Amino acid sequence: MEGWVEWLWLIPALPLGAAAVSALLPRVCRRTAAGLAIASLAVALGLSVGAFVETLAWEPGARQVCNVRWLEFAAGEAGVLWLGWVLDPLSAAMLVMVSGVGLLIFVYSLGYMAHDENFTRFFCFLSLFVAAMLGLVMANSLVGLFICWELVGLTSYLLIGFWYRKPAAAAAAKKAFITTRVGDMAFLLGLVWWFGSTGTQLFFDGGRGCLEATALQQVTRETALWGLTANTAIGLLLFAGAVGKSGQLPLHVWLPDAMEGPTPVSALIHAATMVAAGVFLMARVYPLWGEPAGEGISAVAHVVAWVGALTAVFAAAVAVAQDDIKRILAYSTISQLGYMMLGLATGGVAVGMFHLLTHACFKALLFLGAGSVIHGCAEEQNIWRMGGLGRRMPLTFVTYAVGMLALAGFPLVFSGFWSKEEILHAAHGWRGSEGPFWLALTGVCLTAFYMTRQVVLVFAGERFRGSGREAEGSAEPHESPPILTAPLLALAALSVGAGFVGTPAWPWLQGYLEGRAVAVDWGRLFSGEFWGLAAVSGALVMLGMGLGGWLYGRRQVREALRDPLERLPAAVWPALRNKLWVDELYERTVVAGLARLSNWCDRMDRWVWGGIVQAVALMTAAVALLGRRTDEVVVNGAFDQVCEGLRRQGRGLSAWQNGRVHRYLGTLAGAFVVLVWWLVWGGGSR
Amino acid sequence: MRPFPWLTVLTLIPLCAGLGVMRWGAARALLARCVAIGAWAMTLVLVLGLGAAVDLQSGALQAVERYPWVPALGIEYYVGVDGLSWVMLLLTVLVTGMALVATEGIRERPHLFYGLVLCLMAGLFGTFTALNFVHWFLFWELSLIPAFFLVRLWGGPQRQGAALQFFLFTLAGSVAMLLGFLALFLASGQMNFPELSQWAREGRLWSALEERWGGGNATGGVWATLVFLGVLAGLAVKVPMMPLHTWLPQTYAEAVPPVSMLLTGVMSKMGVYGLVRVLLPVFGEPMRAAGPWLLGLAVWTVVVSACAALVQRDLKRMLAYSSVNHLGYCLLGVFAVAAAGETTGSEVHRAAALNGVVLQMFNHGLTAATLFWCVGLLEARSGGRRGIEDFGGLRAAAPVFCGLMGIAVFASLGLPGLNGFVGEFLIFRGVFPLVPWAAVLAVPGLLVTAVFLLTMMQRVFHGPLRPEWSGWPDLSWRERVGLGVPVALMFVLGVWPQALLQWINPFVVRLLEGLRF
Repeated sequence: MEGWVEWLWLIPALPLGAAAVSALLPRVCRRTAAGLAIASLAVALGLSVGAFVETLAWEPGARQVCNVRWLEFAAGEAGVLWLGWVLDPLSAAMLVMVSGVGLLIFVYSLGYMAHDENFTRFFCFLSLFVAAMLGLVMANSLVGLFICWELVGLTSYLLIGFWYRKPAAAAAAKKAFITTRVGDMAFLLGLVWWFGSTGTQLFFDGGRGCLEATALQQVTRETALWGLTANTAIGLLLFAGAVGKSGQLPLHVWLPDAMEGPTPVSALIHAATMVAAGVFLMARVYPLWGEPAGEGISAVAHVVAWVGALTAVFAAAVAVAQDDIKRILAYSTISQLGYMMLGLATGGVAVGMFHLLTHACFKALLFLGAGSVIHGCAEEQNIWRMGGLGRRMPLTFVTYAVGMLALAGFPLVFSGFWSKEEILHAAHGWRGSEGPFWLALTGVCLTAFYMTRQVVLVFAGERFRGSGREAEGSAEPHESPPILTAPLLALAALSVGAGFVGTPAWPWLQGYLEGRAVAVDWGRLFSGEFWGLAAVSGALVMLGMGLGGWLYGRRQVREALRDPLERLPAAVWPALRNKLWVDELYERTVVAGLARLSNWCDRMDRWVWGGIVQAVALMTAAVALLGRRTDEVVVNGAFDQVCEGLRRQGRGLSAWQNGRVHRYLGTLAGAFVVLVWWLVWGGGSR
Repeated sequence: MRPFPWLTVLTLIPLCAGLGVMRWGAARALLARCVAIGAWAMTLVLVLGLGAAVDLQSGALQAVERYPWVPALGIEYYVGVDGLSWVMLLLTVLVTGMALVATEGIRERPHLFYGLVLCLMAGLFGTFTALNFVHWFLFWELSLIPAFFLVRLWGGPQRQGAALQFFLFTLAGSVAMLLGFLALFLASGQMNFPELSQWAREGRLWSALEERWGGGNATGGVWATLVFLGVLAGLAVKVPMMPLHTWLPQTYAEAVPPVSMLLTGVMSKMGVYGLVRVLLPVFGEPMRAAGPWLLGLAVWTVVVSACAALVQRDLKRMLAYSSVNHLGYCLLGVFAVAAAGETTGSEVHRAAALNGVVLQMFNHGLTAATLFWCVGLLEARSGGRRGIEDFGGLRAAAPVFCGLMGIAVFASLGLPGLNGFVGEFLIFRGVFPLVPWAAVLAVPGLLVTAVFLLTMMQRVFHGPLRPEWSGWPDLSWRERVGLGVPVALMFVLGVWPQALLQWINPFVVRLLEGLRF
């Protein structure tokens, strides 16, 4: 096999090499580390673009793979574990996105982390992350994907806890790793099941791969528990892994806490790329869980659609009541990932992936903008203590507004609109159920509302409210330096432009991903089918934005520092404010349960098993004591008694043997007399 | 001309050096250290040379030496090496080397310490190469004696009780095993493992046993079960399998770090080695019969030990339970291979599980020894404190130490790219298709392992630096090199596990060909 695919391994290998080198560099080599990281990623981006261009020229549906032997665990060819990489539209698009967004964020980090003492380490971890992420998206084997999957989890842990002196950061890092690992364990089970059943874990292997017809038929025929087919069960296990990684209900709790990490990390890992890995995984294994021909809708699709839709609404509702600029964006990410899952389940790979790609651009933009705001406001993150930043940080404001409109799905111009429309259309036309569609519509309105609330509170007005604690004059926010704003401008351009590759008039991206040719047809844009729904969702966006502007736009509301939503009936506000108490629920049930179980195990160990051993030891000691007593009293005593008796008898006998001859003679004489008397009279009488 | 007696020489070198060093007296401590390191270096060269000289990839026994010893009792001097043995020899050399480097801190009777470590090494070499039961058992017990004294003479305040418990537990297990093998010998007249496996494979062993002891009438395999349980007990104590583990946390915690390293790194492997070398080929049938029970115990070991580790406040006790947990996966793999019974196409799964088990033995030895070493360094720098709450923020004071220990921690929790992952993955790869329920129930162990190891990192490394540790010295260059070698090996084996699997896999394939269930 000739061409790009042979050299594709260089794409993750370059950042990996940069990470390895900078891991060994001393702290002072800041320039070297950053230079290595950025240069290697730039080359990787070049290679990714090259590979992407290569795929454009292919026949629809073509792909190239390159597989390598990794290890042998059994006899013969069946016992070889292969790793490999694949170049197809899905991986090419992801490669370009990850390396492109990554490069912008690397540049941004140069400025954002400039004063951090562990600058070198930061770029080491970032490079490691990008290497693992690039490896993940181009993996052609489930094991290779899992390896990279765990490695991105590791770097997420390292970077959330980057400021390790903060106890909150250390706790958040641990929480992120463990919560996602819950999903990873399910992923592992799904992986060994699939591998065990089909004997391969290569996705594409010239007809023998596990995503190709023969192997798929095999797992479809196999029945697991409760009448599920094996492919459904495996699909659900893999989805559980995706739920952990992509922060879907009920494993979403780690993602808001992950905002303890530096903001570029939040942008790169916890918004644009890593959290989307779950969506990517489900897209990659789509043939496993996709609808079997003519058999209705698979159980996996049902589960994914409902989980995605519920997450989308839940997280959007919670975002309404948060005050931390990054936490709002974190809940927004969770919500948008829910939309991607919904899109995958109802519309297929292209729909979900389109939103993944546009979301990566505008969410990275929003996070970097938030970082610029935080940077300008001396590390302030509470939106109630901002305000009036529109005048003070114009570039940040404009780019942030672009990102916000894209996220809210403002019609026609912004990329988020086009990709969200696709999802809504797919959900509308889905034969499984109407529920997810209505949930998704609700989420659209909520999204527009909370983003307006945020932008108004942060940027609108004249006055910068501040925390009221800062020294006079020192707290005036300022625009960030060009090294921070240049990536913002680039991402803002992408947030607008990325949408036009997938409009109904020219759904090029969908055609590219699904391997079919598409032509420009303006008619589709004006068809009632598109317009009807677009009008509804556009109206909802306007409603949400209008409501947000009306509620928070008034100066007295902003100055009162009281959220008008607090006057909502019943417990709505406290519920949203406290994220529906999910964290508390887990604290009381899972965490407390594990602690109790562990205590119980420890007590069992100490008292029951240890106790049995102690009891045996005590019994042994008791037996030994008894033995000693027996020895001393019975055996020794008896022996002593016997000895004493013998001695006494001996003494008695020795009295006879006293050496006095006259006594001996007297005894002899007496005996003689008795003998004679007995012989003569006693014996003779018979 | 006779071939070079590799294995005899290998066992004799540390034995002679150890006995010699012990006779010297405390005055020549430095010389004792030099001799110990010299003897160690020779064994390293021999083991590596052995790997190059014989054809381990054939899977058959190599470098065999076989001489009659007491023919009337079936006792022979019978040693040989195959992939499994060689990997264990390599592990022994590696961990002993690490322990020797970590021994600098011993001030009391250093000559005795080095001597005992060398004798322990000889005992381990003998155990991992012997193929005759009596010969093997001799070394098995021989390694127990130096271990007992190493725990008993150095270490924490409760070391006496710990040493006694360790000794009695393992001795009781050994007696049970000895009785079991005597019963087998009286029935079959065989003491050699290969011959016993042959008998078991041909199905003669159990009928012979019933005939000899059960008076000819088959009583449902009572004798087979009894003998099996005896041998199992002897091996399970050593691994350990719950609930035969209570000696372990206290012993590991009370022993000095080099001894803990040896105990967890190599001595715990003797049990698993016995399971693979003896129990699986000879006792396949009773193992299959008892399969669900054994798997239940293995799952119990995996999950309960992880949970127990979560609540430990003493770092060494935590690592001790973590060791139990990791070897629990080995138990799971071995028992699943035996329990699954014969079905078509299951050969691949069995091979995966057994490859995983042997790899896990090596990986756990490497990782656990490194972690105990790290805790020893913590202890040495903080005046003997090793509570999980005693530290905090050490990463600010000692970034290199925390980095290296952090890598070892992640290797221990099975992060891909480091050594621990491959073994555990292969075990689950094999166990799941063979016995799905056991794999599913054991998976929480992997999760809880992450919980307690990350909690440890959070408490010890992260957070604000406590003022009393602000001057905490980072690693010296010697320590960096010393810890760097095992950490580098973790990377190598994580990325290139074939380095070991190329020796293990032929052995496993050959072993499976000869198994009968």
